Amino acid sequence: MAKKNNNRLELGGGWNYAPAPESSPVKIKDRYELFIGGKFVKPKSGKYFKSINPATEQAISELAQANDKDVDLAVRAARKAYTEVWSKMPASERSKYIYRIARMLQERAREFAIIESMDGGKPIRESRDIDVPLAAAHFFYYAGWADKLEYAFPNQKTESLGVAGQIIPWNFPLLMAAWKIAPALACGNTVVLKPAETTSLTALKLAELIQDSGLPEGVVNIVTGAGETGAAIVNHTDVNKIAFTGSTEVGKLIQKATAGSGKKLTLELGGKAANIIFADAPIDQAVEGIVNGIYFNQGHVCCAGSRLFVEESVSKEVIEKLKWRLKSLVVGDPLDKNTDVGAINSAAQLETIESYLKIGEKEGLEMYQADFKSPKNGFWCPPTLFTDVAQSSRIAQEEIFGPVLAVQTFRTTSEVIQKANNTPYGLSAGVWTDKSSKIFNLTSRLKAGVVWANTYNKFDPTSPFGGYKESGYGREGGLHGLDAYLKFK
Amino acid sequence: MGVIERASRFQKRSIKKESKIEGLKLALSMIDLTTLEGSDTDQKVKQLCYKAQHLHDDLEGLPTVAAICVYPNLVGTAKEAIGKSGIKVAAVATAFPSGQSSLQVKKLDTQMAIDQGADEVDMVISRGQFLSGNYDFVHDEIASIKAVCGKKARLKVILETGELGDFDKVRLASEIAIHAGADFIKTSTGKISPAANMPVTLVMLETIRDHYLKTGKMVAMKPAGGIRTAKQALHYLVMLRETLGDQWMSNQWFRFGASSLANDILMQLVKQAQGTYQSSDYFSID
Repeated sequence: MAKKNNNRLELGGGWNYAPAPESSPVKIKDRYELFIGGKFVKPKSGKYFKSINPATEQAISELAQANDKDVDLAVRAARKAYTEVWSKMPASERSKYIYRIARMLQERAREFAIIESMDGGKPIRESRDIDVPLAAAHFFYYAGWADKLEYAFPNQKTESLGVAGQIIPWNFPLLMAAWKIAPALACGNTVVLKPAETTSLTALKLAELIQDSGLPEGVVNIVTGAGETGAAIVNHTDVNKIAFTGSTEVGKLIQKATAGSGKKLTLELGGKAANIIFADAPIDQAVEGIVNGIYFNQGHVCCAGSRLFVEESVSKEVIEKLKWRLKSLVVGDPLDKNTDVGAINSAAQLETIESYLKIGEKEGLEMYQADFKSPKNGFWCPPTLFTDVAQSSRIAQEEIFGPVLAVQTFRTTSEVIQKANNTPYGLSAGVWTDKSSKIFNLTSRLKAGVVWANTYNKFDPTSPFGGYKESGYGREGGLHGLDAYLKFK
Repeated sequence: MGVIERASRFQKRSIKKESKIEGLKLALSMIDLTTLEGSDTDQKVKQLCYKAQHLHDDLEGLPTVAAICVYPNLVGTAKEAIGKSGIKVAAVATAFPSGQSSLQVKKLDTQMAIDQGADEVDMVISRGQFLSGNYDFVHDEIASIKAVCGKKARLKVILETGELGDFDKVRLASEIAIHAGADFIKTSTGKISPAANMPVTLVMLETIRDHYLKTGKMVAMKPAGGIRTAKQALHYLVMLRETLGDQWMSNQWFRFGASSLANDILMQLVKQAQGTYQSSDYFSID
């Protein structure tokens, strides 16, 4: 028996970083109206709701709540723009508008990044380096396809669908808006988009930008509100296409509601991805991949690597290194440039996450969190891991959508493939090994839409993204992402 | 790929105000002030030794550098000039920088440095032997030099990572050096490009960490060559902190091999104290 290892690395006693909050001024109005037909208009509902900063719990702005009358106006505006302008316009002209949106987004990147972090709680490092640049990249990418659709689908005649209703989640507010709007416009459709009620601000800033860009009125309409607003879009008879990203629960409702309606549907839903570490993996890099896989954006990521599978022979080393790495993660003010993990998006989400922490403890799992002093206000959950988790544990089965990792071990390749696929979800997976034959073996046998090899959470507009099983259907991104917004003759 | 990404993340930490001043002073105290020219003379070395003790007398509360690094034949001069200031004298040895000589010559080279009073020896590994796969040879050579150093001098083992080719080889060479008894592992001679960079240093720090976690033995690290600015030095300190933790944050466990870094740090410290940048003419060039 090896003697007990007491060699510990220490952190936090010596030299440390100074707070570096982002201090550039941004323009946020006290109240935002609905963006319909190229103008900001008051809601017929007459109702408004508050949008708060999850790191401080202070209200940032007030947003209009769209009811079915408002949604109807938005769909009418989109239909008018489709019939009279957008569907008639040469594709090369459409692409110019999309290019312009992309460039303007780059020019205003900083403002968007700050507002994204204020409104959603994600660290400024991520909104600045990932969300906003990637959103611009999606507009650039699809602008390029607009007049080349016949090359994307050779020997097929393509036609736009009409009005697309798009409902997006709160985890990547601007980026998801870009994922939805860019391909829709490139294919010649017009759009009614509903951002999530907790994170609508960057979509409304995008509406301002679109107004400034001179995009013809009504091509993009943005209506804010909660589930009822979304339902009004889904159930509107003059919508040709529904694109939804969000929970599997709501996805199922939408599928029922659109059945038989003739609406084209794509769903990007939940996930419970397996991130698999083999003994022959580069362990230090794998640890980085684990961290990036589950703690990126506080774990509010549908493709998060929330189930970690470590080969038993290296599990002790991996877990030890992972715990050390958690100590060096800076949790706190999303606007601080040093922050690695920001605030939980909403009180409701924090409650969900905490309920799972309780479940984990009840199940008798060992829980680890690095030291963290929670600020007085705001919604916080430090990076958490559960070890010795079994496949039958709820922590390993259900999507938590927070910074909570379930660590399981495995002995053989066939065992891990079985366990990884033993879930109703199938959005993504990760494989870490130095042996490429193993990578090919796993990528062909894992039932997941995206499999990353020796990396995790890498996104690119050229690469299609989407799920198997209850993680949804249809692909976004890449050439495949055009398919969702076209009909073929 | 993962190494490069991780290394770039260290550069995104923000170091300002008090934290910056403290970091800069720490970096300054970790410098091995170096002159390794064919044209080095007694006078040149003496001037450097004076500079090491009087970095910038206008500014109070400055540390000295950690060590002076010279060729073996100049150790005596340096030792005398450095006096009792506490600054160490390090000598490059073992047919520096190529290492292309016999073990006998290398041992003599090391012995000469130690006889003159060197506190530290910076040796080079035989990269040719390493790349031919003669790992035992490389290991035994390091162990022999370590035996010459005994308890008189701490041994720094230069891997010359710019000649090793990839991260896996850097990792292997680090492991060999550590197992052969290196007190420090060091990236480069400064004579080959690329010299030190953050990804390579990260791989070496991770090797040190793994060795520590297994055995409890601490090994020191010295990136050398190519680190010229205060900002770069702070990035290295962030990397050190987040990879090895608080215990390594002193000049006993980390050094910068550099010649021009000190002046850039001084310039930054004066700027922090006075609010404006001074002309480089105000900083002595020894």
